[in-house]
Order: sequence, then structure tokens, then C-alpha cells
Amino acid sequence: MSAKILKVGALESEAIYIFREVVAQFEKPVLLFSGGKDSITLVRLAQKAFYPAKIPFPLLHIDTGHNFEETIEFRDRLVKELGVELIVRNVQDNIDKGRVREETGKYASRNMLQTETLLDAIEEFGFDACIGGARRDEEKARAKERIFSVRDDFGQWDERNQRPELFDMLNGRIDLGQNVRVFPISNWTELDVWSYIEQERIEIPSIYFAHKRPTFIRDGLIWSAADDIVYREEDEQVEERMVRFRTVGDMSCTAAVLSTATDLETIVSEIRESSISERGARIDDKRSEAAMEKRKQQGYF
Amino acid sequence: MKVTKIATAGSVDDGKSTLIGRLLYDTHSLTEDKLQAIEEKSKQRGFDYLDFSLATDGLVAEREQGITIDVAHIYFSTLNTSFIIADTPGHIEYTRNMVTGASTAQASIVLVDARNGVVEQTYRHFFINNLLRIKDVVIAVNKMDLVDYSEEKFNQIKREIEYLASKSEYQNQNITFIPLSALKGDNVVQASENMPWYKGETLLNHLEDLKLEDVQEESSTRFPVQTVIRPKTDDFHDFRGYAGKVYGGDLEVGDEILVLPSATKSTVKKIHFFNQEYQTAKRGSSVTIELQDDVNVSRGDMLVKTNEEPQIAKQVKATVCWMDKKPLTSSSRYYLKHGVNDVQAKITEISSVVRTDFSGKELSPSQLALNEIGEVELKLSKPIFFDSYEENKANGSFILIDSQTNNTAGVGFIG
Repeated sequence: MSAKILKVGALESEAIYIFREVVAQFEKPVLLFSGGKDSITLVRLAQKAFYPAKIPFPLLHIDTGHNFEETIEFRDRLVKELGVELIVRNVQDNIDKGRVREETGKYASRNMLQTETLLDAIEEFGFDACIGGARRDEEKARAKERIFSVRDDFGQWDERNQRPELFDMLNGRIDLGQNVRVFPISNWTELDVWSYIEQERIEIPSIYFAHKRPTFIRDGLIWSAADDIVYREEDEQVEERMVRFRTVGDMSCTAAVLSTATDLETIVSEIRESSISERGARIDDKRSEAAMEKRKQQGYF
Repeated sequence: MKVTKIATAGSVDDGKSTLIGRLLYDTHSLTEDKLQAIEEKSKQRGFDYLDFSLATDGLVAEREQGITIDVAHIYFSTLNTSFIIADTPGHIEYTRNMVTGASTAQASIVLVDARNGVVEQTYRHFFINNLLRIKDVVIAVNKMDLVDYSEEKFNQIKREIEYLASKSEYQNQNITFIPLSALKGDNVVQASENMPWYKGETLLNHLEDLKLEDVQEESSTRFPVQTVIRPKTDDFHDFRGYAGKVYGGDLEVGDEILVLPSATKSTVKKIHFFNQEYQTAKRGSSVTIELQDDVNVSRGDMLVKTNEEPQIAKQVKATVCWMDKKPLTSSSRYYLKHGVNDVQAKITEISSVVRTDFSGKELSPSQLALNEIGEVELKLSKPIFFDSYEENKANGSFILIDSQTNNTAGVGFIG
């Protein structure tokens, strides 16, 4: 064997360290998987943390029913390859039961409704640690988030009473009924995630690459008109455009960007040059300046 | 790309948010939508300037009161460096937040208002940087525009800080003085035309040029075991890998090691990172180690090189910074987390409270209150394997956890 020296990737090392702390400190962790690039990156980091063993926790998908088809196909293929358990819980079930009410009208979205389904799943399975792909650079309330973020029985975030996190030490001690949200890529930026996907050649759903799609324009943002999930008024004209998506949340609140990037290299250079933030195309954050903080207090991711 | 973590410190109105905003603005890190939001909000509040604190104060309560409550992390990058800035609040729970923000920082910026010079708060900021052994400290003398860019004023502040530094226990610190105006942009990203007498670098250039290798000083190799990996699959039936992060120095295949606390000897057989094997794991890397012999190793154990043993003890003396509303009292019990090793701890003595303005100690206090720093003796339920904080930051620090609330109540630096 030649003298192979492992190069240190500070952010990658930190994320792997966090994954290992989760498995060592908690009894029932779960990885929240949306099929988006951040959770796909988490899956690769989890593989690295535990290789040659399999990922030692299941994936949980809170399905809004408003997914891009490509994301679901991708999800099922990935789970099969990894040989891990996938748990899916549907927002639609809670709507059918009348436990949550669906929004209607122009800006209707199921994004908020995910919280209830997530909290139900945590209770149903008794998860004590939920690993998610949120990053501090996404949004300024998220910039205040800890790596191990303690939530009470109602999933609430007490933002003014957070545990200090010092050096590498992560305090995962909780009471029965509490759970911890864990964010291994807290310190990554959008560009870090894309650069990592490029470096590792990680496969991602096709909607992240530029493709032709019927779209319409509202409030300066480009919306998908490929099916009838996104509410569209009659005078909002559909036109085919070359677009890609920067995030893949609920279709009804995720806008596309014009792009010709059909490979990872071009995406990375587009992100580098971009003058609009990632969440600038997420209508759920535009509701008010405190939209994210309010959702987090209620148990949102 | 190089990642550099920086802590910031400044009193209220020293212009810390403006400085961070200026760094973001001049490096074109604020995207159009974020900038637009700041413009709108500034206008709505009747300001005739851009209030950059709106970019970082992420909580409703912070924006309402115009103060920073909790540490925020801000990210921006230049062509060769990714920066993570811990923006710590200036007043409320100051010590707790600054220690937290600075614990992972490789460098620190202390803001001084050129008009006011060195004030009591500056002493505290400087003290905490010394306590945490932050190698590179930048004294950013801000608001130079309001003192007519006076060299004399700048030199006066420099002399005062240098006097303070001469009293510090930590003499290996690199202190850099930069005169700047965050509001006008002098010497932050662009070199100032208003201070021809200043020949040094701009703040950004200085931060970009910091040598990380200097910052993470090399010491003895420490490998605390986080978890044991046993796949039990057909391909890896007998595989037993020890997962952890390498601290202090490098680890190589063939290194003779000692497992603590059992003191069993073995040799590093393989170093795995994902599906590849390596000859050397540099400090800072998260790897999986296989040993030559079938020895008993579990979480909390530590692998060290045979000639580099740390101290092993059930009694330690440490400087503790207290972070909980409920004060630390003598004879109280806590969980102590030293790296990934958990033990129980009893406070046997609080020897002193250290004044953070370099004016000495108060001996035999009855307690350590929130935001106080003191010298403490602890008795542990099991031995820990440690170095002094000076030798190895990761292996010389611990946290104390309140056994009733589970809150992280304090942090200790082993002396």
C-alpha cells in the first residue's frame, strides 16, 4: 500500500463526528429525508460515518403529497441501494381525518401541515433524535439554531433558552418525552453542499438540473405548471422555459430558476455567481420576516 | 477550501453588526433579496442608513429590542477561504455567549470605539480571549472617521492594549491592530485612503492570510472512541472498528498505542475512511481504526501513542466559566462530559472567583454565579484521561451538566 494520507475536510469531519454522537447518545434516531439535496448529502455522510456497517437508523419521509415525481422515484431507488428502512407518513392522512385544514387560494401550501404529521410520527415510533439537513446559512432564525436542538413534547423550540455548545461536546441528555433535532450540516453553506455533491459525484434527482418545463410567472418567480398542484389563475400564462430547482420542498411553495446548467460543474459555478439566495425562491419564508421562527416554535424542522 | 472560524467581541454600539454587515456587503455576500429586505426594513424604521444588524438578528425579540440575544453564525467566502463568524451579543449574558462563540474559533476580533478607547468591557473581551488561548486576536479600532483618522488616537489605544497584554498569562498570542471605519468601509475590505500612515493589511486580507496550521497547534495524538462499528455482515464478519476523531497529532498505521483506561497495548492495523484505507490520518479527521489485537474497547475509551500518555486522575483542578442561572455551589453534583467520556462530578472546592478585568481574584467565594469565572476543584466517579487546556484544547476542556435540568451549566479548562 502506498503512503496514502487522508486529507481533512473540516466540515465533512464535523458532520461525521455528529452522526456518531447521535448513534452513541440516543436510542431511537431517525433521519428526516425529503429527497432534496441536503438530505441526500446527509445520507452520504451517514454512510461514511458507519461504513462498513449499514446506516444504523431508518429514514423518515413526511410526504406532503406535493412532491415532484422525480424525487419519489429517486428516493425509492436510493433506499433500495442502501438497504435501509424507509418510513413514509402522509400529510394527506391528517387532512382526510380533518386534523389539519388545507390552505386554499393563490398561495396555498402544505408546508406548514408537515409539522403535525412529523410530531405524530415522532410519537408513534418514539424517536428521540431526528436528524435533519437544515443549515444556518439558509435563514436568519436558523442561524441561531444549535447542532443538538432540544424540543419539548410538543416539538416546540425554546429559542431564548438554548444550551450553549462548546468545542466538540454535544449534550444529548433529555427527559422522557423530549426529543432532539440534530443538524450535522449546520455549518455548511449552499455552495459547500453543491461542491461536496460535485466532489463526491453524488447522484441527485433530475429536477436539480436544467430541463424544459411548462411554467408561469407570479410575483417575479417561476412556478411549475406541469401538473395542477400549484394553483394558477386563468390569466397566468403558461410558457415552456429552461429551468432547474434549487430546493425541492413542497411543489406549491418552491419556485424554479432560469438555468442552462445540465451538469454539476455548471450548477456550482451558477451558485457561485448567484445574486439571489436559495430561500429567495421559497414563498413560505416570504410570508413575514419571522415566518421561520414562528414555524420552528411550533415544531417545524 | 480553507474554513476559518472567527469570534467577534464588542460592547454595545461599538459597531459590531455594522462591521459584519460591511464584510458581507463588500465581499458581495449579501444576495439581492437579502439586501432588498434590509433596505426595506431600514426605511420602515426610519433609518437613513442600512441597518446591517437586521441581517443577523434572527429572532423577533432581538429585532424588537434592537439587541442581540443569542450567538448567530454568519457565513461568507472569498476565493480561497470560507469564513464562519460567531456574532456574540455585547451585553446580556455576555461571558457565557462569548465563551461559547470563541470555543471553536481560530481567531477573534475585538472591537474598540476609537472615541472611547479602552473601556472596562475591552478588558473582559481581552481576558476571555486569553482564557481560551485564542492564538490570533485582531484589535479593530473602529469609528476612525469620527476621530479624524487620528494616528495619535490609534497609537494611544495600541499602547493601552499592549500594557494589558503584558499582564496576561498567555504570552504566545499574536495581536494585530487595525484602524478602520466599518460605516465608511475604511480598511475592512478596501484599503483606506484616509489613513496613509497605516501600512498594514486590511481586516479581510489579514483574516485570509491566517495560517491554520499555526492556529491548531500540534501536540500529542488523542483518539477518543465515539462508538464501535461491528457490521456483522458476511463480508465483514469479524470487523471491529473504533470510530472517532483524531486530535492533537497524526495517527499512522503501525503506531504502537495504549488503550485507556485499561492500559492494554496494541498496534494500529488499519485506518479506514469510508471505503478506502489510508496510511495516515491527520488531526481533525473523523476515521475508523482497526487494531492488531482483539482488545476490549468501548465508547469513552481513548487511544494514545505509547510514549505520549496523558494525565489520568479522579481529581482535577480547573478554571470554570459558569453559564447557568442556578449558581455553582460547593459539594453540588453534576454530570461531567470530557470529550465523549461521561462521568459524575462533585465540586469539592471553589478556590476563587477571577475578576475578568485583570484586577486579581476573590478567594474562597461561596458560589459561582452566572457569567462568573472561577477556580474549582472536582472529584470524579471515574478517572478521565486529560491534558492541560494549554497543551490540548479538546482534551483539556469539559462541560458540566445539571443533573436535574440536563442543561449545560458550565465549561471547564483544566489547568
